Amino acid sequence: MATSALAPAGRQSRRALLHRLDLKAAPYAYVAPFFVVFAAFSFYPLVHTSWISLNEVNLLTLDDKTWVGLDNYTALLKDAQFWNALANTFTIGVISTVPQLLMALGLAHLLNYKLRGSLFFRVASITPYATSIGAAALVFTMLFERDFGMINWFLGIFGVENIDWEAQKWPAQLAISSIVVWRWTGYNALLYLAAMQAVPKDLYEAAAIDGASRWQQFTKVTVPGIRATVVFTVVLSTIGATQLFGEPLIFGKGPNGVSGGADNQYQTLGLLLYQEGWRNFRMGQAAAVAWAMFLLLVLILVLQRVLASLASRASSPQGGRR
Amino acid sequence: MPTARTRFRTRVAAATAAALSLALVAGCGGDSTGAASKDGKVTITMGLFGVMGLKETGLLEKYMKENPNVTIKADIAADEQTYYGALQTRLAAGSGLKDIQGIEVNRARELADTLAPRFVDLGEEEGTDHFLPWKAGQVTSKDGKVIGLGTDIGPMAVCYRKDMFEKAGLPTDREKVAELWKGDWKKYVEVGKDFKKNYEGGKKVAYMDSSTGLFNAQIYGNSEYFYGKDGELVYRDSPVVKEAWDTAVDAAQSGLTAELRQFQDGWDPGLSNSTFATTVCPAWMLAHISEKAGEANKGKWDVAEAPKGANWGGSFLGVMETSPVKEEAVKLVKWLTAPEQQEHVFAEIGNFPSSRTALESDTVKNAKSAYFSDAPIGEIFGKAAAEIPGDQVLGPKDGTIKDTFSQGLQLVESQGKSPAEAWRTTDERIRKAVG
Repeated sequence: MATSALAPAGRQSRRALLHRLDLKAAPYAYVAPFFVVFAAFSFYPLVHTSWISLNEVNLLTLDDKTWVGLDNYTALLKDAQFWNALANTFTIGVISTVPQLLMALGLAHLLNYKLRGSLFFRVASITPYATSIGAAALVFTMLFERDFGMINWFLGIFGVENIDWEAQKWPAQLAISSIVVWRWTGYNALLYLAAMQAVPKDLYEAAAIDGASRWQQFTKVTVPGIRATVVFTVVLSTIGATQLFGEPLIFGKGPNGVSGGADNQYQTLGLLLYQEGWRNFRMGQAAAVAWAMFLLLVLILVLQRVLASLASRASSPQGGRR
Repeated sequence: MPTARTRFRTRVAAATAAALSLALVAGCGGDSTGAASKDGKVTITMGLFGVMGLKETGLLEKYMKENPNVTIKADIAADEQTYYGALQTRLAAGSGLKDIQGIEVNRARELADTLAPRFVDLGEEEGTDHFLPWKAGQVTSKDGKVIGLGTDIGPMAVCYRKDMFEKAGLPTDREKVAELWKGDWKKYVEVGKDFKKNYEGGKKVAYMDSSTGLFNAQIYGNSEYFYGKDGELVYRDSPVVKEAWDTAVDAAQSGLTAELRQFQDGWDPGLSNSTFATTVCPAWMLAHISEKAGEANKGKWDVAEAPKGANWGGSFLGVMETSPVKEEAVKLVKWLTAPEQQEHVFAEIGNFPSSRTALESDTVKNAKSAYFSDAPIGEIFGKAAAEIPGDQVLGPKDGTIKDTFSQGLQLVESQGKSPAEAWRTTDERIRKAVG
């Protein structure tokens, strides 16, 4: 009797243990593959890069390291080229991200209407995203070519003299931004569209009954309704803008691609990293740039969070101090 | 001898480097070294760049036909800078290297000084004494190891458009044209000023493509320019560099250039649409010009002797120590760089032989270029080759310094900076790059 009573109890407790294990441990097992890959390809390089950034290392002889402490970082802070690259990354980031997100919002709004062949337009808007950076940048570089490019030809019709897009600062930054805008607008538009379709229809009906115009519906119902997605795309494009590399590299071509123009007029932080590491062979300095980029991103994202929470506190009456 | 441990560390370090470079290195995969299989079949892999003419003129095919047991796989990068970047990473990692690697002359010193042990010594090989003596010197390490055999050299001339010279009231005959600027590059610029003043052709045409070609032509005619005999940097006080800079700046500021960057976008359409009248052309550039300027401009181009003989570019083939088929690879390199093959490449696409024997052959001496108005290119470039100083001093960072000077000239040419400011910026950049 006793044994037969014990057996189910033992089985039960084992099952309970398995059940608990399933509840507590299984999630870890499921996410483990990601974190193993993350550890190998993200975390380890991150740590190793920070180690390299404290040494003087030549690309040709990666084994010989000389400990220099924070010298690479102080050199970076004193380097006018670094501040120039930082400013360029910022300006190119702004003139590519802001129009891109605004246009995406408009595009999504239009796609949200009942359109004939809406599927076609939706697919069409994502195709630039599916194009490789290399192909897109090459085509744009040809369009922006000085003597025989299509854009200068078009401007020439209106009597504008050939613009040397590559050699001048703002034209070059504008041209590079246009590549980014072209590639990412459709992608963001689809994200917005998906969010818009989740906004309840009765909100629009209620607004319409209250006499809100289309524009008012857009600003008062749609935009607040997709706020989370907007924040998400802002974060995503900020990260993308900070790491901008392929577009200016291909736009400049050859030595000018790496240095971001003869005068570094469109050198981004990504290009500076590459120039230091793979042209000047100073891996330590390059690693320091990489870390500066990383810290910059962290800083921006923290700032964004703070601003967002301040903004939401100010707009919601419960959280406000008034 | 690297121990297993250090080799592992190198690999880890290189893997990190690769992860850092992201997309760049992503394109560098693929099969690397060849292998000898049991049935006597051998696969040899090659890493090449630009138009070295080995594959383009069918030499690799020919070798495979003559040696049925050999298969050659050649990977050709269009741009030497990209090629060298990838080679660097692979050398550092000690993996992914081909059996045979091409070496551009600007990189020769860097590789011979720092990485000679990675290359097979080709100095003792039989039948390799047919090269110009200075050619082998360029790839000899300090302890006398020869890390590569020469393919071509780059003696220089000036390519010019006869039809445009005529419209500017200048002589069109190649000997008379050469007479205009004989002995001094400054005269070449002066002719440009006349050209600009007197050109009557309607559409705007620049005298030359870019000031950087002119700068290169001048410095490469001397034995010392960026580096001194003992490997110290001398460009700052070098009268040669100063004079070349001043002349190039003069050309840029006088509006003689089309403000193009050689080998980049804009230069090719400039050739096909005839936007400039002259360009300083090393022998290997002829193939490029005839291809890009196209049939429509055939017979309008001609080649005249440059003011002074100079050498721009040229390449080598080296065999990697890690190759499992070293012997066969050395054999192939010797065959590819032998006089007969160099003559063949020259006849096909114009890359100028680095082999003395080939230079003296009739194929080379009597060669004419149909595209360039039947110019006797064998004679013109041969004469320029003879004027190249034999004791030219190369340095490890020649390529980087040259590129930095090119950008410095662009600051004047396209960005309106003052020459003094551009020089200062260039100097600062070189200090930083050389470390």
